[in-house]
Amino acid sequence: MKERLVLVGNGMAGVRTLEELLKLAPEEYDISVFGAEPYPNYNRIMLSPVLAGEKTIDDIILNDRAWYEENGVTLYTGDPVVEIDRVKRKVVAESGLEISYDRLLLATGSNPFIIPVPGSDLPGVIGFRDIADVNAMLEAARTGRKAVVIGGGLLGLEAANGLQRNGMDVTVVHLMDILMERQLDKPAAEMLKKSLEEKGLKFLMETQTVEVLGEDHVTGLRFANDAQGNASVAGGRMPGATGEEIEADLVVMAVGIRPSIGLAQKAGLHCDRGVVVDDTMQTFDPRIYAVGECVQHRDQCYGLVAPLFEQARVAANHLAKMGIARYEGSVTSTKLKVTGIDLFSAGEFNEEEGDETLILQDPAQNVYKKLVVKDNRIKGAVMFGDTMDGTWYFQLLREGTDISGFRSTILFGQHDLGDAGHGDEIRVAALSDDAEICGCNGVTKGDIVNAIQTKGLFTLDDVRAHTKASASCGSCTGLVEAILSSTVGEGYDAKPSKKPVCGCTGHSHDDVIAAIAEHELKDMPAVFEHLEWKTPDGCATCRPALNYYLLARWPEEYKDDAQSRFINERAHGNIQKDGTYSVVPRMFGGLCTPSDLRAIADVCDKYDVPEMKVTGGQRIDLFGVKKEDLPPMWKDLADAGFVSGHAYGKAMRTVKTCAGKTWCRFGTQNSTGLGVKLEELTWGSWMPHKFKLAVSGCPRNCAEATIKDFGVVCVESGYELHIGGNGGIKVRVTDLLCKVDTEEQVLEYCGAFTQMYREEAHYLERTAPWVERVGLSYIKKRILEDEAGRKALSERFRVGQEVAQVDPWKARAEGEAAHEFAPLKITA
Amino acid sequence: MSDWKKIAPLEDIPRQGSRVVEVEDGSIAVFRTGDDQVFAVRDACPHQQGPLSQGIVAGHTVTCPLHNWKINLESGEALAPDDGCTNTYAAKVEDGMVYIQL
Ligand SMILES: Cc1cc2nc3c(=O)[nH]c(=O)nc-3n(C[C@H](O)[C@H](O)[C@H](O)COP(=O)(O)OP(=O)(O)OC[C@H]3O[C@@H](n4cnc5c(N)ncnc54)[C@H](O)[C@@H]3O)c2cc1C
Ligand code: HEM
Ligand code: SF4
Ligand code: SF4
Ligand code: FES
Repeated sequence: MKERLVLVGNGMAGVRTLEELLKLAPEEYDISVFGAEPYPNYNRIMLSPVLAGEKTIDDIILNDRAWYEENGVTLYTGDPVVEIDRVKRKVVAESGLEISYDRLLLATGSNPFIIPVPGSDLPGVIGFRDIADVNAMLEAARTGRKAVVIGGGLLGLEAANGLQRNGMDVTVVHLMDILMERQLDKPAAEMLKKSLEEKGLKFLMETQTVEVLGEDHVTGLRFANDAQGNASVAGGRMPGATGEEIEADLVVMAVGIRPSIGLAQKAGLHCDRGVVVDDTMQTFDPRIYAVGECVQHRDQCYGLVAPLFEQARVAANHLAKMGIARYEGSVTSTKLKVTGIDLFSAGEFNEEEGDETLILQDPAQNVYKKLVVKDNRIKGAVMFGDTMDGTWYFQLLREGTDISGFRSTILFGQHDLGDAGHGDEIRVAALSDDAEICGCNGVTKGDIVNAIQTKGLFTLDDVRAHTKASASCGSCTGLVEAILSSTVGEGYDAKPSKKPVCGCTGHSHDDVIAAIAEHELKDMPAVFEHLEWKTPDGCATCRPALNYYLLARWPEEYKDDAQSRFINERAHGNIQKDGTYSVVPRMFGGLCTPSDLRAIADVCDKYDVPEMKVTGGQRIDLFGVKKEDLPPMWKDLADAGFVSGHAYGKAMRTVKTCAGKTWCRFGTQNSTGLGVKLEELTWGSWMPHKFKLAVSGCPRNCAEATIKDFGVVCVESGYELHIGGNGGIKVRVTDLLCKVDTEEQVLEYCGAFTQMYREEAHYLERTAPWVERVGLSYIKKRILEDEAGRKALSERFRVGQEVAQVDPWKARAEGEAAHEFAPLKITA
Repeated sequence: MSDWKKIAPLEDIPRQGSRVVEVEDGSIAVFRTGDDQVFAVRDACPHQQGPLSQGIVAGHTVTCPLHNWKINLESGEALAPDDGCTNTYAAKVEDGMVYIQL
């Protein structure tokens, strides 16, 4: 018989846990769910738009009743659980129904805090938590006129906005002197208040409610006598507030929430502010897990969905008896969902001793941005008016990125770094529905918004899977995140800072790289076993990465696994969209001779190559080659002295050179000669991503060395070395690493930098994002200040190259991996 | 009528790899998975006819080299959230020889 799982609390965190569990172990349990509310699971964070009339209840149902049926989950709605009997292992519902459990999941959420003043139990005084509250507010708006919202936080302002949209005259009463004090600093809060006042809301700041007035329904509120400056509306006291009293037909209390722990406490489970859980989301009773707003984890209670969904993932993992996930807490960010107001905050945005503050303030445009920075890393951000870059700052914050490289322009936003794909006018909220967001897969804003709303998506991965947006080149990731956050408000689930390599593991790239080195893991099964991979043989995302990491770490011992490489690297040619291949012979430094060109021309004639082209990297590309023609064609090229150009791989590609001193009147050094030497040093080397070099003979820079991974610009007195540039979707200009005097030094520094990138970057991370992630100063420290370290790096590169510089084409022309190229025949 | 056709010894197909068999109306990709089972599917991805034989094999799935759809080798169906299906053919190994049914 299957074990029985009972979920108490049919809300966002609980049902999300079930969804994750059903993905991992659909047959593990007989599942029953109790919900106090009469609805199936709905999207609570969309209640504000429902109140504002922008959505209906039907729009926000996340799992309809059919979902429960299809998944074999028994649902009891409108029937709260009133008792947990931990000894007999059963729950008792209000209706008298009793169900026993093997494991129990508590997800009872929280309750609005109702300030304990006289009259607070009068009809007409409500919280803002569920559909019933929204219905009560809509009903009040039909009959009453004046509403007072107590609490000027996120929830209170969303309620006030919604009530006002329903035609009520709304006053917000707030105890503090600034709105949303937990999410905003003073200047941003002032701007917010001004904008809301322009929309018609009224505010009573620094005002404390002492009594709710009324006989059998609320009629007003009384405030404390000593409340200082209780009217904040321009010009003094507001109408309706008779000194210490104000009229009201409806009072909404939005002063905070309290984890709903009554049931757990009654059952004797250890609770503090919330139900206390460990990193596996287990309570003090090992049969009982808890997730959501009702829990307290490492002293923190959360009130936003993003952390709750992380908790759900972990709890599901343990309920499925996989036993490896851990929840380690979350950093959250906030966005107010009031149409027409752009506001964002994250992290620790009130500066302390030793922090630096970057501020951009433009009162005319109503824009304010503040970043709190320490040691060149972002600690917190507050933005008002223009929140387009909120997700970017939040990402920099979570990843602890060194911002020194772009600190002077960071406040102008990410587009200021040069994003060729999307001009600087892009403001997600302002985009029309048919605006194309993902150029690679042709996905429009409308497609994404629609998928988020109809399919109930919350994470970047969900959106990727369902729409393919940002699933290819990833350059639109920021935009997709921005759409997510503007569509679901702060509810969207941002990437965890330590992103796992793929779904096969919880370990990050850095964890894997470190484990391979420290534990001397020298083949893939060893990695799978040591790091407890969840799949027996990985997937198309992790296997190529592991193959690379093993190869980079153990060049002499690890045997390359062809089946873990993308087809381009397996067939040593670029697969084109019609299934044919293109072939690029290497021409060192771009130099060639008449006989080279003649040999290439002959090969093209012999194999009917339909098109030839000179590439951006100064090589010749032969298009349209059939797979089975590759080995003989390579043989002919090898006989003429060519090796593979590796134009197809995550590998060192080309060294582009200019004419240089030999011919050019401006030339200062022999740029072609140095280019050839660099290419002889680096060819054949596998890399985390493609890697391009260039040498220009003078600062006129005809070889475009300042958008290469490693670029050399020759000057009269020596050689400037530039790193971390690329063309591509997002152009990045290199950073100057240093200047050296001799060609030998250029080669040594090049080897050291290349090897450092090979050893430390994540697979599929180009030098540009890598340099931004680890910081230029770190690279300088390793390459410039540590001479012994540099020499060791350069030496390791040399050793690896001895093994790597075998021409893959020649080997295949001589018969290696012949199975790769010839079709099989039916023999009988 | 469909017949079992003899293709090649199992060793001729790399583990976690595939070989292509040409037939009258196109190509069939014959896969050998990590656990030494064999599967045969039409060598055309349900998305845009990408050559599945060139993809990366993991478990009993292959990832198409063109746009990363994942195809279940047993059923020929694309894994969610993608949607589509390619033909499958029965395949077996007997005495170290691979057969497919056409
Ligand atoms: C108006 C509003 C706007 C919000 N906006 C955002 C936002 O923009 N972004 C964001 O991240 N978060 C937002 N939140 C917060 C977010 O909705 C919550 O963090 C989230 O819903 C909590 O999930 P949960 O599963 O812990 O609790 P809930 O979703 O509250 O689910 C708990 C459920 O358990 C039921 N229950 C309780 N006790 C029992 C019992 N004994 N037996 C049976 N059932 C029981 C409750 O009735 C409830 O249905 C908002 C909340 C509100 C109210
Ligand atoms: C070699 C020693 C042990 C191993 C390998 C082991 C392994 C496990 C595993 C894999 C789980 C399931 C985790 C999950 O998915 O949630 C588990 C649960 C548990 N273990 Fe252990 N365990 C060991 C020793 C112990 C000991 C010594 C105790 C207590 C004295 C203990 C108490 C528990 C409890 C209470 C649970 C939770 C049971 C439940 O939720 O149903 N374990 N253990
Ligand atoms: S970079 Fe300088 S040396 Fe090279 S071709 Fe241009 S002008 Fe001449
Ligand atoms: S820019 Fe590059 S990826 Fe885009 S079409 Fe041209 S060759 Fe292909
Ligand atoms: S053709 Fe296979 S994924 Fe596009």
